[in-house]
Amino acid sequence: MATQVIEIESAKTGEVVEAVYEHPLAVRVCHWLNAIALFVMIGSGLQIFRAFPSFGAKIPQQDLLHWPKMFAIGGWLGGALQWHLTFMWIYIVTGLFYVGYQMVSGNYRQVLFVPRDIRGVWPMARHYFFFGPKPPATEAYNPLQKLAYTSAIGLGVLSVLTGFAVWKPIQFSWLAWPMGGFHYARGWHFFVMWAIIFFLLGHLVMVVLHGWNNFVSMLTGWKSDPEYPAR
Amino acid sequence: MDEKQFKKLNRRELLKLTPLVALGAFAIPPLREPLLKKGLAFSDWASGKLFRPGHLATTFSDFDLTPFEKFPINGYDVDDPGVDFEKWTLTVTGAVAKPGDYTLAQIQDLPKTRQNTRHVCVEGWDVIGRFGGTRLSEFLKLIGADPTARFVTVECADDYYESLDMATALHPQTLLCYEMYDQPLTREHGAPVRLSIPTKVGYKQAKYITDLKVTHVLDRVGYWEDQGYSWFYGL
Repeated sequence: MATQVIEIESAKTGEVVEAVYEHPLAVRVCHWLNAIALFVMIGSGLQIFRAFPSFGAKIPQQDLLHWPKMFAIGGWLGGALQWHLTFMWIYIVTGLFYVGYQMVSGNYRQVLFVPRDIRGVWPMARHYFFFGPKPPATEAYNPLQKLAYTSAIGLGVLSVLTGFAVWKPIQFSWLAWPMGGFHYARGWHFFVMWAIIFFLLGHLVMVVLHGWNNFVSMLTGWKSDPEYPAR
Repeated sequence: MDEKQFKKLNRRELLKLTPLVALGAFAIPPLREPLLKKGLAFSDWASGKLFRPGHLATTFSDFDLTPFEKFPINGYDVDDPGVDFEKWTLTVTGAVAKPGDYTLAQIQDLPKTRQNTRHVCVEGWDVIGRFGGTRLSEFLKLIGADPTARFVTVECADDYYESLDMATALHPQTLLCYEMYDQPLTREHGAPVRLSIPTKVGYKQAKYITDLKVTHVLDRVGYWEDQGYSWFYGL
């Protein structure tokens, strides 16, 4: 899929900047659907966790963490389960549609982390975390971004698989078994959630750092004046 | 293209996302409840489809058992509704050939099954317990239950009530349970008879049952279901 590029001429100065159509509509729809679904899944999941905030025995119960109710969705266990069991379908369908669309359209090429991206990861990490020089931007996503977004898809898949192992540990016993059965699958599900939260925090920090044009591109698809050569 | 046209183009693309605002319906209280009910009903429908009548829950060795004293006692109301064991019978009604009152001895005359299975609570905790009793399917045979009926409902001495889909009622691990850890059920665990259903979450496994009905239509679903929990909740 050829990237669409247009030139925009400033009415005042006559200056010309390029704009790239970075995110097709399907990707944008999936992104925001997923943002909403994740918000609900995490919020209601934490409310569900509040019903038994432990991964050990019930007697004696040793709580791991008392998550405040105001940062949870559903009000009580039953309400949270309703949210969780409703939005999980939105979450799953969005994820499947996204992956399917990326594969069919070929749009995955700009974001999928592949072996040749490996050597670009460290210079980028050094720039972000250790004040290293900024490697030149050559594509829409730098190697570290590709790694992050590709891992996020992996986490999404894991969240669904661990979730099914918790929801249906008997019908999907083949899925729950390698996780150690229901008891441990619940722990894995919780762990994957924190990994996703960790990704989200990094993602949000980067969104802020990358400024308005970058943010707008996930709403309209168009990024004006990209950091990388558009053609 | 000039800046104005580009702005227009951006606005047009942004407007294409407006259908997503429909999800805002979940934020409006009068719409939220029916929507979440629909979502839960869909999940229950999917649960029913995913249920495999012949697929067994994992059973465990005696070594894996949670010690009896660490098996939680969870009642919605009272731990001991004060059942009079002398007078207790299980009253059977509905689509059955032989309705009436059945004694504990009649239930215990049926073939006995003992199994170590995992008991999963909706709250998230789980224990592995040893349960003994007769298969509910054996009892349904004894009372001549209509095999085309869709549900089995129970009522309890503490006014708790529950209902099961027939596929789960006939599952080989679904027990009319009168023993735990090879001892008669204690009052707190639902004496004299409770349901033990390893393929369902805990609140489906009603204790101190007094009435059992085989039916084509549900007039009540279940105590916790009426508060908003899932009806099927199969594991």
